[in-house]
Amino acid sequence: MARVDAGQQDTEDGGLRPAIEVSDLWAGYNGQAALEGVTLAIEEGCLAGLVGPNGSGKSTLLRVILGLHRPWRGEVRLFGQKVDRARRLLGYMPQVELVDWAFPVSVFDVVMMGRYGRLGLLRSPIRRDREAVWRCLEQVGMTDLARRQIGELSAGQQRRVLFARTMAQEPRILLLDEPFTGLDATAQHDLLNLFNDVRAAGKTLLVATHDLSCVATAFDHAACLNRKIIAFGEPRTIFTEQVLNATFQTHLLLVNVEGKTYVSYQ
Amino acid sequence: MSAISDLAAYLTDPWASEFMLRSLLALVMVSVVCAVMGSFVVVKGMAFIGDALAHASFGGVAAAFVLGGNIYLGAAVAAILTSLGIVFVSRRSGLRFDTAIGVLFVGAFALGILIVSRQEGYIVDLFSFVFGNVLGVGQSDLVLIAVVGATVLVLVAVFYKELLFTAYDPAMAAAAGLPVAAMQYGLLALIALTIVISLKAVGIVLVVAMLVTPAATAQLLVQRLHLIMAVGAGIGILSSVVGLYLSYRADVAASAAVVLTATVIFLMTFLLSPRRGILGLRRPSILTKAEEGYGGPR
Ligand SMILES: Nc1ncnc2c1ncn2[C@@H]1O[C@H](COP(=O)(O)OP(=O)(O)O)[C@@H](O)[C@H]1O
Ligand SMILES: [Mg+2]
Repeated sequence: MARVDAGQQDTEDGGLRPAIEVSDLWAGYNGQAALEGVTLAIEEGCLAGLVGPNGSGKSTLLRVILGLHRPWRGEVRLFGQKVDRARRLLGYMPQVELVDWAFPVSVFDVVMMGRYGRLGLLRSPIRRDREAVWRCLEQVGMTDLARRQIGELSAGQQRRVLFARTMAQEPRILLLDEPFTGLDATAQHDLLNLFNDVRAAGKTLLVATHDLSCVATAFDHAACLNRKIIAFGEPRTIFTEQVLNATFQTHLLLVNVEGKTYVSYQ
Repeated sequence: MSAISDLAAYLTDPWASEFMLRSLLALVMVSVVCAVMGSFVVVKGMAFIGDALAHASFGGVAAAFVLGGNIYLGAAVAAILTSLGIVFVSRRSGLRFDTAIGVLFVGAFALGILIVSRQEGYIVDLFSFVFGNVLGVGQSDLVLIAVVGATVLVLVAVFYKELLFTAYDPAMAAAAGLPVAAMQYGLLALIALTIVISLKAVGIVLVVAMLVTPAATAQLLVQRLHLIMAVGAGIGILSSVVGLYLSYRADVAASAAVVLTATVIFLMTFLLSPRRGILGLRRPSILTKAEEGYGGPR
């Protein structure tokens, strides 16, 4: 796949604001800091990874960007606008552990929920919404299973349904929380292909994950997070032993085989 | 010929009297509203809340009783205050939801006992709210059940999309800009109102069964929330008719007979349901998923 080389052009964008701009963000829970001065800028049309171990603040950062968690300090701008005015631009896919798979809703119902934010209070879905849902289901190859209860799907199918719901929001920016966790290689690959299609359509994706190999091979940018931003840039250049050890600390295993470094994360 | 007309008479006789019809009407209305709200209770695992609100309403019933106020109003105030208190305390204090419930409902219930323990004499009337006395339902009770019940159903219909989304995935609903807190408070308030209109017909002790059992039975049969509501309502109506009839024939408490009928329907469905029943076949898709080694519904 073609990738725009992150060169000097990146910095001067003719006054265009980045898709996501986070500046000096502090946030936490009950007085305990989870994010300490996070600053980050992600360009439009970029597939960016947010990597870090469990508890490093990935979900918290996504929740702050979404306006679900109030930061102590700092601010978030989307294309230069404040979040509360730009909520429509965002699509969100929560961590799978937060999803209630036993809930009595069909695949179609779940994807339709992506439309509810646009619909607003008291309005029922109209034909346009149903068409959008079918389009998103088709995009992820789930039209045949639209009537299935969501618990009766494989993990890979469940993930594609959640992604279809995110797409049904018609977002320009997608925030995805640990989309690869628990998937086998094939399902991971399928999902990554979907991400590439979406990026090719000009959308921006910020993906929280601890799957380093995926980010290293397929992502434009990566931010290494452990309460602070340890490094930000092209995965190839920033995934050094030093940065990764600082990010993952003792959780990370670095293995050097035939001049290539393999990393695994427990 | 005469055997058939005898049988028909045996089945229809009990419904000849006006108070039986009034009782049936009350039970049917209550069971429909209970099934609709009970569907939320069942899919969100809130049975404990239902029971708690019913018990908490006792505090209001007792207070209204002693003060000579409207008993329904007292029950409604106590149940709604407790439900709002539960959400408020658990959102603010970081206490677990069920802990907040345990603390608040027992408090309200104890208040009721305290008030009643000072009284002598009228306790019998109070017991009709504790154990239910559907045969004592009067015209004004019917009107109240109809008006409040219809209000609850209309609100659920109007806010169905929001209630569904908030119940299913509150984080995503909040991200989409839905008023999640209002929906959570509102859902509990609607459950509280449902309990209040059920008090006279089924009583504090048994109302949780009317909320949970028909909806739980429906969940064994269908897999979308609105269908669970519809099927649950049907099962509730069936339980009301059969239970009330049996209570007339066997001369036993109507509320207990209705609840036990619903319980029997649940057990039979549980054993025979094609989808999840013990004797039924499981769907191939579930087997496939198990073979693939994926985690099932959590
Ligand atoms: N709701 C919460 N209440 C209290 N602490 C929380 C909550 N959510 C997360 N935390 C804490 O904030 C830190 C960052 O968590 P999180 O953002 O979930 O990390 P990640 O998504 O990278 O695993 C962790 O130390 C976690 O324990
Ligand atoms: Mg997380």
